[in-house]
Amino acid sequence: MSFLIDSSIMITSQILFFGFGWLFFMRQLFKDYEVRQYVVQVIFSVTFAFSCTMFELIIFEILKVLNSSSRYFHWKMNLCVILLILVFMVPFYIGYFIVSNIRLLHKQRLLFSCLLWLTFMYFFWKLGDPFPILSPKHGILSIEQLISRVGVIGVTLMALLSGFGAVNCPYTYMSYFLRNVTDADILALERRLLQTMDMIISKKKRMAMTRRTMFQKGEVHNKPSGFWGMIKSVTTSAPGSENLTLIQQEVDALEELSRQLFLETADLYATKERIEYSKTFKGKYFNFLGYFFSIYCVWKIFMATINIVFDRVGKTDPVTRGIEITVNYLGIQFD
Amino acid sequence: MASLDRVKVLVLGDSGVGKSSLVHLLCQNQVLGNPSWTVGCSVDVRVHDYKEGTPEEKTYYIELWDVGGSVGSASSVKSTRAVFYNSVNGIILVHDLTNKKSSQNLYRWSLEALNRDLVPSGVLVTNGDYDREQFADNQIPLLVIGTKLDQIHETKRHEVLTRTAFLAEDFNAEEINLDCTNPRYLAAGSSNAVKLSRFFDKVIIPGFPDRKRFGGGTLKSLHYD
Repeated sequence: MSFLIDSSIMITSQILFFGFGWLFFMRQLFKDYEVRQYVVQVIFSVTFAFSCTMFELIIFEILKVLNSSSRYFHWKMNLCVILLILVFMVPFYIGYFIVSNIRLLHKQRLLFSCLLWLTFMYFFWKLGDPFPILSPKHGILSIEQLISRVGVIGVTLMALLSGFGAVNCPYTYMSYFLRNVTDADILALERRLLQTMDMIISKKKRMAMTRRTMFQKGEVHNKPSGFWGMIKSVTTSAPGSENLTLIQQEVDALEELSRQLFLETADLYATKERIEYSKTFKGKYFNFLGYFFSIYCVWKIFMATINIVFDRVGKTDPVTRGIEITVNYLGIQFD
Repeated sequence: MASLDRVKVLVLGDSGVGKSSLVHLLCQNQVLGNPSWTVGCSVDVRVHDYKEGTPEEKTYYIELWDVGGSVGSASSVKSTRAVFYNSVNGIILVHDLTNKKSSQNLYRWSLEALNRDLVPSGVLVTNGDYDREQFADNQIPLLVIGTKLDQIHETKRHEVLTRTAFLAEDFNAEEINLDCTNPRYLAAGSSNAVKLSRFFDKVIIPGFPDRKRFGGGTLKSLHYD
């Protein structure tokens, strides 16, 4: 009986998470686009739902909510489903959609996506060879093999992301790194951009008029086609089309310049906004946080170097040590 | 032979609807072979015969400014784009017939471009939502173009076209539906080509008799000669 109650609780929470994932997908990720393949949305929501359920089960395990045997059953079921999705469905669908985009292989989509999936599985398996997990107790096609590989890849990705975040966060927050941008700078750059656009326009006008007169005179500008066409175009070419290629080259260079100027102007506007933001209270708070985190980062690097050089094994991390100190010396009760 | 004044037409729309292909087709009468993302703004020039076939025929250069980006861009990108919206004579709104969101975003695009021009005359914009009265007051001619017509299946074509007809009516503009990879749609003499040249005539001389709005009134002579 209690098993049924527990299962119904789990399933309700799963449906809630599924709905949340669906909404998030629609509102945030695909705000400006239209969803053509609903499969993608379904897979996303299902993965999200099951991941959240696993997290929920861990919390229940700590807080000792629900019956122990039903927890165990749900845990195993969740694990199986997630592994199935992660290893089988998601790579297969990624491969399928990639292959569908390539025109050449459109006819035999399924075949090529299966091939892609098999390649993925091969590399996935190879990844776990150096791990010492193959024991006679478990056999080769067991869950442990899959979990270990998924776990290793996951932890590596998390480490990379947090490393990137740790360095990017102070850089974005701290105002020390902000250049000083005045309105005059922005105006000057905008004027240059508009001047470049004007130059492009005047050159294109000349090209359009040249093309028109050539067309009216009857010389149609033919692209050299075939082998003999190319050889002929080396020696004989109408003066009009020669002019055109010259002007076209100048226009290409100017267009590249206009793109660079546009990107620089956008950058200046963004910097100006950041300066405005850093003057507010929130900005100052983030600035302080930035300094704090950068000092913490430097301390960590220093300690890691010392550990490697002196071959020490790290015992506890600073957060745990900090909590130890507060509990023991300051007498604050922690559960 | 060509007018010294500038005639500037903006081409606006979401990313990937086909603005660059359209501009290439309009200006060079050829299909664009390798479309890629537009960073910033790319300009092209179309030679247009104003009042073709009449003794008052005159050749104008129409500049088509193809501004890239999406409505949801960061405000720094929006401020940078705003520099292109100065002194505009006409706006072409491009949307993708296979993507409903792109036609919904056209309201926001038109507001972004028009607000830039309305600000100097002191008209306040309240909350950025679509307001029909703003468009009734608008002097800048609009044209709505739907692309990728070939990718709509025959059976769905009717409902898509009715939807776009409503859209064009909201903007008080003409509409053209075509496929940018096929020059046949804009062949000389087709109804699309006629609509296009009528639009460009309206852009060159504002106040060109528009039977919808002015009831077939007289041509306002705001000449630029």
